[in-house]
Amino acid sequence: MVERAVRGLRVVGHRVVNSVWRLGYASRFFSLTLLKSATSFRRFHLTIKEIYFTGVLSLIIIIVSGLFVGMVLGLQGYETLQKYGSAEAVGTLVALSLTRELGPVVAALLFASRAGSAMTAEIGLMKATEQIAAMEMMAVDPIARVIGPRFWGGVISMPLLAAMFSAVGVFGGYLITVVLIGVDEGAFWSQMQNAVDFRQDIVNGVIKSVVFGVAVTAIALFEGYDAPPTAEGVSGATTRTVVTSSLAILGLDFVLTAFMFRGA
Amino acid sequence: MERTVLDLWVGVFVAAGIAALMVLALKVGNASTTFNMGETYRLTADFDNIGGLKVRAPVKSAGVVVGRVDDIQFDNERFKARVVMKIDRRYQFPKDTAVSILTSGLLGEQYVGLDAGGDSATLKDGETFKITQGAVVLEKLISQFLYNRAAEGGAK
Repeated sequence: MVERAVRGLRVVGHRVVNSVWRLGYASRFFSLTLLKSATSFRRFHLTIKEIYFTGVLSLIIIIVSGLFVGMVLGLQGYETLQKYGSAEAVGTLVALSLTRELGPVVAALLFASRAGSAMTAEIGLMKATEQIAAMEMMAVDPIARVIGPRFWGGVISMPLLAAMFSAVGVFGGYLITVVLIGVDEGAFWSQMQNAVDFRQDIVNGVIKSVVFGVAVTAIALFEGYDAPPTAEGVSGATTRTVVTSSLAILGLDFVLTAFMFRGA
Repeated sequence: MERTVLDLWVGVFVAAGIAALMVLALKVGNASTTFNMGETYRLTADFDNIGGLKVRAPVKSAGVVVGRVDDIQFDNERFKARVVMKIDRRYQFPKDTAVSILTSGLLGEQYVGLDAGGDSATLKDGETFKITQGAVVLEKLISQFLYNRAAEGGAK
């Protein structure tokens, strides 16, 4: 009986110590990545290659989902707003929800599952096939050579992808409400321009997407670097990347929104 | 180091991203009107009640945006709201211009409306509008209406 309790206590303690340990390791990994990021800018072609893999190859999914999200917002917004006789405000609704929330958040969620998981799997496999150990043997710092460019590639791609998502989404909303349903075009754009503030809405959206970019890439790279060098380990790490970074995006989004839009 | 096809794609990607940001700023947002305002001068007006007026709300005359609300303060000596507006230098207003706080549409945002008077002297930087009309508070309007109805009923 007592033995059992002790064993349970030990398991709990082990879990807690383990996760705190991992948190510290992750923080050290993150600060090392930042410290050694000079290489990513001195040899910028490495970063450009990563922008290609994380950014350019995510374009299709970002643009298509942005278009559909904008079209759905247009349809739903029109359905509700026309009950109150203010169907023209649908432009405001679409633009504000995209630039403030949906653009950064949905683009980051897609980015985490499209690019983040790929990054984790790639680095996990590099570790499993001992490429990272080989680099260390050749006195090449894997954090400067492998992790840094991927980190900065992701951080640069994310805000650009989010901006494209929002812009395409607004276009989708325009297609549905103005072209298809026939809301007045002038009112659609002018009400939107009246309500969307450059500093308050668009810049804040960009800040959000930069924060999400840092969070998603840091989590993805750490999970890959920390993955047990087995097939199971890599698959588990990939799953954890998607789950952890999605939760991080939504949590950070709440915190940032609370700071940015305090009902002002 | 040579140029590669990959660089081209990344260049297209970055250009498209920046273009999307520009579209958001100029077409969706109000950056075009914010930065278009050239030199401005400041005018103030005191109101009994500003309702839901916010900083950066437009200042319109004859429906045209001529400036923006720059600052809103509370004057603790006269218990009035002091609204500071930035007006475009190209537009001058007579000294007897009437200022009122209006609402665009039924549920729209509030803005400051300027009705130019007939005075030949114009307001200079830092001067104050004399004739002001604060925001209409719906509750007061309704209670006034009910009060009038009650008074009419009593007279019968």
